[in-house]
Amino acid sequence: MAARERNPLRQQQAAPPSAPGPVHSRVALRVNGRSHVLDLDNRVTLLDALRERLDLTGSKKGCDHGQCGACTVLVDGRRANSCLLLAVTLDDSEIVTVEGLAAPDGALSPLQQAFLDHDAFQCGYCTPGQLCSAVGVLREAAAGHPSHVTGADAPADTARPVVLSAEEIAERLSGNLCRCGAYNGIAEAVAACAAAGTPDRTPPPTPDVIA
Amino acid sequence: MKPFAYVRATSLQEAAAAYASHPGSRYIGGGTNLVDLMKHDVETPDTLIDLTRLPLHDIRELPTGGLRVEAGVSNTDLAVHPLVRTRYPALSQALLAGASGQLRNVATTGGNLLQRTRCPYFQDVSKPCNKREPGTGCAARDGVHRDHAVLGHSEHCIATHPSDMAVALAALDAEIELYDGEHGTRRVAAAGFHRLPGEHPERDTVLRPGEIVTAVLLPPPAPGAVSLYRKARDRASYAFALASVAAVLALHDGRVRHVALAFGGLAHRPWRATTAEERLTGAVPTDEAVREAVDAELAAARPLPDNAFKVALARNLARDAVATLVRSAPGAPPARPQP
Repeated sequence: MAARERNPLRQQQAAPPSAPGPVHSRVALRVNGRSHVLDLDNRVTLLDALRERLDLTGSKKGCDHGQCGACTVLVDGRRANSCLLLAVTLDDSEIVTVEGLAAPDGALSPLQQAFLDHDAFQCGYCTPGQLCSAVGVLREAAAGHPSHVTGADAPADTARPVVLSAEEIAERLSGNLCRCGAYNGIAEAVAACAAAGTPDRTPPPTPDVIA
Repeated sequence: MKPFAYVRATSLQEAAAAYASHPGSRYIGGGTNLVDLMKHDVETPDTLIDLTRLPLHDIRELPTGGLRVEAGVSNTDLAVHPLVRTRYPALSQALLAGASGQLRNVATTGGNLLQRTRCPYFQDVSKPCNKREPGTGCAARDGVHRDHAVLGHSEHCIATHPSDMAVALAALDAEIELYDGEHGTRRVAAAGFHRLPGEHPERDTVLRPGEIVTAVLLPPPAPGAVSLYRKARDRASYAFALASVAAVLALHDGRVRHVALAFGGLAHRPWRATTAEERLTGAVPTDEAVREAVDAELAAARPLPDNAFKVALARNLARDAVATLVRSAPGAPPARPQP
């Protein structure tokens, strides 16, 4: 086993799919517009890869079991709990973390600015997850996705945006806990962005490659 | 977490072959439950076989008027699909009543069916559990069992199945399509896919070792049928069901032509309420008739000391669900004029 671990890539490439594989893998991740190639223990979650290997510590480890939402990032444009995703399964995926929401010059995204304007956090620990989750909420509503509180008589036309009432925002953000109880400010910030129809994040920077 | 090898399957044949050569492996889809169980050391596979790159991401209308939902379709994509929303509202509502937006984006149709119970003793390797480790006993029976089963449990296990989606599929007469490398493809009824615990609570489903869920097949809706999903839980959002019901109803001349009821949160599998359905079929669905039918079904309940409330909860959910459908079903008796 030790020999395999020292040469994980060679072992994996040489092995047919049915042969015992190594417990490490080489994984290509695109994070906030930059490409990274990492040799990872297969057990490493996306959250740990971001924090421990890429020094992107914005995404937080709260419960580490998909219950609190502090680790929420965008994977191929959709919000997901990074603590429950194994990095090895995400080869070639496009990841956006809270660090990727602002412009390269540091200008905040409209959603980040709204969080400041509406006093949407106290300690800030849940905020990166709230922001990434809210990006997903805005996109899902714009795409016409219903929620548990959307009326059953709503038109099943996926092109028609859903109006984000306070009730809709609370339901759609229920996977993000805030122990400070800043929910009112968070909901107001999301509602302000939804009403303004502002873009949820700045475009990713020009791609470059970091091996 | 125990170290494991990783295989990215690109075909069903390749996935099945990988399993055949590694009986200690697990298939992984979205992984939202499996990875969690691996962190708890409840699942300790030596190999993970990744099914997410298989071409199993489509929802297709069938020539019969039914729908074929491939196993890799995310819970989000299934819940928001226009044909699911219009023809199978109970399914869309069940999915949207489960988990969080983040989890639904990642969790798959196949994985939703195969998720494990959230019994806290099953998830805690320091406690005895016949489901996790057959023969060690059940810590829940004399422990905290407020969330546990009231129907169909055994002395060996009182766990419930956590899926909302599976409850809707049971009521909608869906079928599950399965593949294994040796026998090829077979189909089983969704209502019979999950098992009661009996003497083998370690087996959640009728799935054979190495078999892969490839699709869910929804039959065309019964003519004139309406459906819905109702769920009672401790929080308004992001919580498992204490009790839930999926209901399907079609009327003709004011009488029940077709009815299907399935309960969630009450048993080791979605509980198709066949006793209640038999009593209601052909009957005029008055409040009295519905109450009598649901009571007959729930007469089989054997609640534990701390969960008898679930029986009343399920009764109220079912009565309310059917009454709501009676009001909206085509062929219903004319509503009384509004004052």
